[in-house]
Amino acid sequence: MSFDFYRRHLLGMEGMSKGEILHILETARSFREVIMRPIRIVPTLRGYSVVNMFFEPSTRTRVSFELAEKRLSCESVNFSSGGSSVSKGESLLDTVQTIEAMQVDAVVIRHSAQGAPHFLAERIRSSVINAGDGYHEHPTQALLDMFTLWDKIGGLSGLKVAIVGDIAHSRVALSDIHSLKTLGAEVMLCGPKSLMPFKVESLGVKITSNLEEALEFCDVVYMLRIQLERQAGERFPSIREYRQRYCLTMERIKKFKKDDFIVMHPGPMNRGVEISAEVADSRYSLILNQVTSGVAIRMAVIYLISGGKDRGKF
Amino acid sequence: MSIYTLCGGHIIDPQTDTDIIADIQIEEGVITKIGGKLSGGEVIDLKGKVIIPGLFDMHVHLREPGREDTETVFSGCQAAAAGGFTGVACMPNTQPAIDTASVVKFILDSAKNLPVDVHPIAAITTGRKGERLSEMGELLSSGAVGFSDDGSPLMNTDLMRRALEYASDFNAVIIQHSEDPYLFKGCMHEGIVSTKLGLPGIPSLCEELMVERDVRLVEYTGGRLHTAHVSSKGTVEIIRNAKRKGLNVTAEVTPHHLFLTDNSVMGYNSNFKMNPPLRTEEDRQALIEGFLDGAIDCIATDHAPHAFEDKETDFGSAPFGVIGLETALGLILNEFVLKNKMNWADMIDRMSVKPRAILNLPEMKIAEGERANLTIIDPEVEWEVNPAEFKSKSRNTPFTGMHLKGRAYGIFNKGQFVINT
Repeated sequence: MSFDFYRRHLLGMEGMSKGEILHILETARSFREVIMRPIRIVPTLRGYSVVNMFFEPSTRTRVSFELAEKRLSCESVNFSSGGSSVSKGESLLDTVQTIEAMQVDAVVIRHSAQGAPHFLAERIRSSVINAGDGYHEHPTQALLDMFTLWDKIGGLSGLKVAIVGDIAHSRVALSDIHSLKTLGAEVMLCGPKSLMPFKVESLGVKITSNLEEALEFCDVVYMLRIQLERQAGERFPSIREYRQRYCLTMERIKKFKKDDFIVMHPGPMNRGVEISAEVADSRYSLILNQVTSGVAIRMAVIYLISGGKDRGKF
Repeated sequence: MSIYTLCGGHIIDPQTDTDIIADIQIEEGVITKIGGKLSGGEVIDLKGKVIIPGLFDMHVHLREPGREDTETVFSGCQAAAAGGFTGVACMPNTQPAIDTASVVKFILDSAKNLPVDVHPIAAITTGRKGERLSEMGELLSSGAVGFSDDGSPLMNTDLMRRALEYASDFNAVIIQHSEDPYLFKGCMHEGIVSTKLGLPGIPSLCEELMVERDVRLVEYTGGRLHTAHVSSKGTVEIIRNAKRKGLNVTAEVTPHHLFLTDNSVMGYNSNFKMNPPLRTEEDRQALIEGFLDGAIDCIATDHAPHAFEDKETDFGSAPFGVIGLETALGLILNEFVLKNKMNWADMIDRMSVKPRAILNLPEMKIAEGERANLTIIDPEVEWEVNPAEFKSKSRNTPFTGMHLKGRAYGIFNKGQFVINT
């Protein structure tokens, strides 16, 4: 199969077609071959400039984007705003003008505000890649998750995936739900009712608050990070009780005797809270594969967004 | 002596059972004659235009004193006149709040010579803090026409009870911004769209619980309650039931809630962010039904000007509110009156008669001997909403680019003619 990809921005997975997703995954597969070579760099995007704007702390996503850019020979710079007294709003408007003035080709943006990348995309000439906007979407995370699964088991059609945790405050969950549904997987969300988005079943997913029910249902369990610093006491009682109800332990997995069971997590993990150390490091875990996929996916996304084909073969 | 003769307009006033094409003669701001073939003074040809009692918007934010960069009494009145309103009631969430006679007088003075009547609504509680009742008696005698802490709800149930009781000594209305602050943690309607956008939601319940509570308080105290900007189907039902019981409860709806739904928020444009938020199509249909059958008493725009730089940000950080004075009439004409979903008499009732009655203001009738307070409508003109042409100092409208038929041709009030050019 061959598909074309004409997007100028990557803002979210909602509305992206199966063809587009598969095209990105195919492209990422080629790039993964590149990064397995002794010299992991191609000159493909020489002269293409990318600015990484991280308005929220992030290590792995930022590093993954930086590596992807370097391996494509992009010119890339980082712009992070930490602890500025300028309010979010003002800096976003200023950001637009700054980027316009810098004449960059693409912007990778991580922002705490839902819709911040959309705000930029409507106002600047550069391409915009969403590296996570508030509780909305994190499309490159979803793509690397799809890549990891696709690489491991082939097609996703009919695959049963349970996403467990704080769904309401997860940009990963929303992007993964859209992607999995588009690729034909069945999705069950699992977590306390107080951490479920309103009427989330309207996205075509099943819901349970019982971890065992989710484990019984699924082939793949995707554990979300629980934000330790947030919500405890308000949206759920305590980390202690959360661990009792939702921590993925070897005991819980073994109960269902699924040999080819798969465990995923977007990182960073709270070992011993949502996932036990034993599970995280077990043969079920694809967590490190996800990290490796991340660089290849981000290379693919930047390449395709840049209008890659017109720039010649890598 | 100033004399005007308005020739050939279609005069409609359900209050006097008038529905004729005739001339109107006005001397010193008073209607002296209505009839055929009048002449004298300045003659204005209004053939093809509709003349109705002046429209009144009982819920606007003029931002003065405090945010004169976004609107002033003067610019707000210009916007009102351009939109066909001869009168407005302005909300007290200014800086300082309208909670003393001196601020009331300041606003009345600012509007004294303007062709639009401005009636301040004073705060229920000092500083709108929800702690102590304002001096309602003095505020009313200095010119305030009702009370509201609009922008914030009055959550303290005992204080709300006492406010209803105390204001009833003067037959004054308490206008509630109905919202349970504990349920108010979002920036748009809580629904399928908020889930897709990852934005925190404000459930309809947030409004309905407060309205339900206040209706019970009215039942208990016998006070007068007006529910500002009704947004949900549940609220319409609560108001309808309260009226069925004969309670002294009235309600308003904004044009944006009648015309838009939470689907508009897709794309994160902050000109679709207001409080209460745009809700679902089901809610919108219930609002239209209530507006048509009279369960909802009137239209109020909740005209809320905001600076461009404040709105020009991500959806969550932008302030709530949109402007509405210059689009309300066109929207209602285009969708309801000219499509025969609502007759002129009902439209006049909802946009002129009722809002004045709720605020105990004198009726504005088109009859000999009455003050000439008129809105003149061009029902044929087709136009496109273009914020750059607004008289308001702000541009935060959700209706940019909309094509409408019918708009205000001008107003006549306080002896002055304002014709839109």
